[in-house]
Amino acid sequence: MSQATAAPARPALDRSRALAWLQDYGVYLAVALLLLFNALFTPHFLEVGNFRTQLVQVAPIVIVSLGMALVIGTEGVDLSVGSVMSLAAAVSVLYLGYGVAPALLMALVAGAFSGVVGGSLVAFVGVQPIVATLALLVGLRGLANVLVPQLKEFRDPALLSLGSDAVLGVPYVVLVAAVVVAVVGFLMRRTTFGRRLVAIGGNRRAAELSGLPVRRVLVTVYALSGVLAAVAGVLATARLQAADPTSLGLFMELSAITAVVVGGTPLTGGRVRVAGTVMGALLMQLLTSTLTKHDLPSSWNQMAQAAIILVAVYAARERTTR
Amino acid sequence: MSPSDPAVPDEPLIEATGIVKRFPGVLALDDVSFDLRPGEAHALVGENGAGKSTLLKVLTGVYRPDAGSLRVCGEPAAFSGPMDAQNAGVQAIHQEIGLVPLMSVARNLLLGREPRTRLGLLDMRALHRRAAELLEPYGVRVDVRRPLRSFGVGTQQMVALARAVSVDARVVVMDEPTSSLEPREVETLFGVIDRLRAQGIAVVYVSHRMDELFRVCDRVTVLRDGRLVHTGALADLDRLRLVSLMLGRDAAEVRAHGLTKFSGDHERADDAPVLEARGLTRRHQLHGVSVTVRPGEVVGLGGLLGSGRSETAKAIAGALPTDGGTVVIAGTELRRPTTARSTRAGVALLPEDRKAEGIVPTLSIRDNIALAALPALSRAGLVSEARIDRIVETFMTRLRIKASSVQQRVGELSGGNQQKVLLARWLATGPKVLLLDEPTRGIDVGAKAEVQTLIDELAQEGLGVLLISSDLEELVEGSDRVVVLRDGAVAGELTGDQVTEQGVMAAIATAPATPPTTEPAAGPGAGEGPARPAEDAPSPGED
Amino acid sequence: MTSLTTVPAPIGEAASPPGASRAERAGHLLQQHGAAIVLMLVVAVASLAFDGFASGGNLANLAVSSSFVAILAVGMTFVIITGGIDLSVGSQFALGGVLAAWASQYGWLAALALPLAVCGTIGLAQGWLIARTGMAPFIVTLAGLLGARGLMLAVSDEGSNTYLVKSSTFAEFGQGEFLGLAYPVYVALVLFGLGALLLQRSRFGQNTFAIGGSEDSARLMGVPVARTKITVYLLTGLLAGLAGALNAARLSSGVTILGVGMELDVIAGVVIGGTLLTGGAGSLSGTLAGVLLLGTIQNVINQIGSLTSAYQQVVSGAFLAVVVVVQRYLSRVQRLT
Repeated sequence: MSQATAAPARPALDRSRALAWLQDYGVYLAVALLLLFNALFTPHFLEVGNFRTQLVQVAPIVIVSLGMALVIGTEGVDLSVGSVMSLAAAVSVLYLGYGVAPALLMALVAGAFSGVVGGSLVAFVGVQPIVATLALLVGLRGLANVLVPQLKEFRDPALLSLGSDAVLGVPYVVLVAAVVVAVVGFLMRRTTFGRRLVAIGGNRRAAELSGLPVRRVLVTVYALSGVLAAVAGVLATARLQAADPTSLGLFMELSAITAVVVGGTPLTGGRVRVAGTVMGALLMQLLTSTLTKHDLPSSWNQMAQAAIILVAVYAARERTTR
Repeated sequence: MSPSDPAVPDEPLIEATGIVKRFPGVLALDDVSFDLRPGEAHALVGENGAGKSTLLKVLTGVYRPDAGSLRVCGEPAAFSGPMDAQNAGVQAIHQEIGLVPLMSVARNLLLGREPRTRLGLLDMRALHRRAAELLEPYGVRVDVRRPLRSFGVGTQQMVALARAVSVDARVVVMDEPTSSLEPREVETLFGVIDRLRAQGIAVVYVSHRMDELFRVCDRVTVLRDGRLVHTGALADLDRLRLVSLMLGRDAAEVRAHGLTKFSGDHERADDAPVLEARGLTRRHQLHGVSVTVRPGEVVGLGGLLGSGRSETAKAIAGALPTDGGTVVIAGTELRRPTTARSTRAGVALLPEDRKAEGIVPTLSIRDNIALAALPALSRAGLVSEARIDRIVETFMTRLRIKASSVQQRVGELSGGNQQKVLLARWLATGPKVLLLDEPTRGIDVGAKAEVQTLIDELAQEGLGVLLISSDLEELVEGSDRVVVLRDGAVAGELTGDQVTEQGVMAAIATAPATPPTTEPAAGPGAGEGPARPAEDAPSPGED
Repeated sequence: MTSLTTVPAPIGEAASPPGASRAERAGHLLQQHGAAIVLMLVVAVASLAFDGFASGGNLANLAVSSSFVAILAVGMTFVIITGGIDLSVGSQFALGGVLAAWASQYGWLAALALPLAVCGTIGLAQGWLIARTGMAPFIVTLAGLLGARGLMLAVSDEGSNTYLVKSSTFAEFGQGEFLGLAYPVYVALVLFGLGALLLQRSRFGQNTFAIGGSEDSARLMGVPVARTKITVYLLTGLLAGLAGALNAARLSSGVTILGVGMELDVIAGVVIGGTLLTGGAGSLSGTLAGVLLLGTIQNVINQIGSLTSAYQQVVSGAFLAVVVVVQRYLSRVQRLT
């Protein structure tokens, strides 16, 4: 034991250095390559309208992925995000009668509450994150369906405009995502909360011994993930012009985990890559659209995603075992 | 005295010659030889970092030596893994038992060798019968169908022993077997060891409890700093001699001060103590430890490995739950101490296990230093980069932390620099009390001297320091006062001229007045049978 | 980290006081048979409350609809006992169904063999990655989920082509009845019986428990860790392929939209049945009770015409949460006694 701790840093092997580089910057490279490919070979790719569509489609995934990145940074995982989206959708249309603001507020509160429940199970009861949030994944989707049993359309102009309008050519949805990126980036760079979060993920015992409020931070992280999922749920609902608790956010947890992992955030915690996560989400979106535009079947898309996840995790594994 | 004494007739079961084991930056075993004869109980002793556990791992096939030869029963052996060593008859009983707690006793005992019926299915009746038979000689009569974890450590250890012996062990390695046993269970274990020896099985016995060594073992091998210091009959040694061999000090020799970087005595203020710990008690680990530290004073906490030094420090810092005792920091009692509360009160703990409990390897030097002091380095939850820069720069310079930049990941630093980063983390909080657990272990000579100087300076600036060190020289020269622990209790306190290496060793070696494993503060049930305070505690679901 | 944060080590030889052992026994009982007890209560209440519930037709229906989840749950129980998880079973189930329906044009043997071969291979690959590269089971099988679904879409013309079962012999596997119960029910029961034997009464079962209980200890005791893990994931793949094939036979077609989220039902059934998600403990009788409990709740909710199936999810989620919290609590109590 003491021998191992005394070991000085060993010069990294070339292979593991290459993999570490791949983990850190591979996602940028991949996005750049895909952009280049599309610019050259995809008709109408470089048009503004196309970019707008792509960004509108990726926005909810980006928002949810950032919450997921925070959770994964603490060495956890939040499987409940998709169900929280559907719950937020259900709650928002239920309260729409009181006006848009109360409806949105209630949706966010529902998301925060779900996160607090999951976070408490993890931090105080000591349940594994995957299990605690699995229970929420199953239960919350059911709850959303109970609240709003079938597709429920709405006519509220304010909520409709949130989904379809734009300011200066930038859709609100994209704007909200950009704000979320900025806020999460700020949280991670500038606040004590961000520093504590990665310290807990990097070495929970050391964080405890350094007097950090570990449990409080953990609950906050899961609550944030819940709130962000709720934001994404509301935006998606606004765009759909209807609440669809049955299918809204299905598999969102998988997309979000993929974006985070592909973006270079290790599943072992201790690091959160905000820009990488955004790029990870963009990469998956670009991949889908590229395959669609070139008439390649969606089955390719899923198999390609599977391969990318495995490569990303394998690259991260090399680094952590070094 | 030489290991290959021709007077001993038996061929050694294990003969390790010239074993060398290197880890990056550390020579863990340097030309160590060890032999084990049939039917003997051989004590293996040494302080932390002596190479004891490395040697055990070489003998049990966990590590492969870099040089040297290993012979088992006269045949050359090169273990490719623990399984290989087991097949050669070398079995280890670890502190962590090495069994599967959730499985039943019987299934654990016979895993991989289960009796089967003609259909190839496990024969449960035979399994249970066979398990009970195997346990019989060890005085264990339990329901073998119940999961292993529902029994005490003593029983679990016996099950591990029974399993080891039943798979044809010729050598049993016991690493701290009594560390969590009741006196009654210790007696049973000793009886079993006698029986094993009568069967010609050799026992390697690792323990820091002197009484046990002298009671159980025939021979002893002492390691220090990866080297073989002594091998020979235990009867030829007395306690003081054994302690001095382990600590590397000749009892007869009086040394002059001046070999470490400590300046010697600090101005001892007669202020009120900044740290006052009273009657710290924790089952099996601490039995009413009290220690006080005044501002500007360095108090050494001496004792052998496992005597409760680290536990005392952790209990003070709120990192180890206690069954009793109070901690008063600068006149204010810490109620239900947690690490967060103790940190706020001004306690800083530099833990012994730097890697597991200290550094956050994924973070930069800068973030690691700022971690504990974040509340002071931020306003309304917003981190002040300027303040962090200032404090990081201050400590990088003051502690002479060598790194390519403050953004370098701490995991990539050398041990000495990691230690300095941790010190900086705590100094940045402006603590009143520093608890330093082996602050110079595993770091190079230069860094060691720097850390020692720093401790000196900090004390002069008025901090209270509790210094834990296995390095006797460091302990004696660095401390104004030394509290010596033995088996989780204070064995003596040395002040002024008494603070000498001899004094510390004498305090460690004195036979305890009471048996070491009794627990004076174990609660009301202590008088009759084993105390079980844990049971009545958690029953929230009742009402 | 380990020894310092855990509760004080337990002490004492054989004799533990009666109070402790009573609590322990109660905990054990709850963990092993909690699902069965709740199942009996639910059945009793439902029989009294709803006329239709206890009818033979309804119960037969309940049995058939639970049988596919049950078959998957057999494999999942093994996986979870090793401390792993397999998220890909739902996708593999759908893939198996499509493959079986497509292959049925070449006869019933092909319809059965192809899904077993393909899903078995996927399971084997997942197991190999988990055992040999040390990647987390969660992420490997997540990739498996996507990959298997992609493969299913690829063979079904992006899900647009629903193959019909061409072999009437094969269709009989899913639709045939014996004593009023469809064949898949018997298949599930037989698999539970064989699985229970394998788990409790074979060396392989012992190894499974040992790995989940303590992988390091298992390795030190000579358990072939990698081989056992690979076998366990192979087993889930095979069972998912089989369940998919039987379901295709029952429906006479390879329906492409099946199996979405099915892994959650399976995991929920296993965990509610008392298998520890941390590995090392569990039973197939518990899993059977867990799966039946979820199926019964679904059935009861259908009986109450006014409620949607959404209530079933709420109840499963709540059950899961309660079960994991109780498990945590029990494991603390048991470690203390």
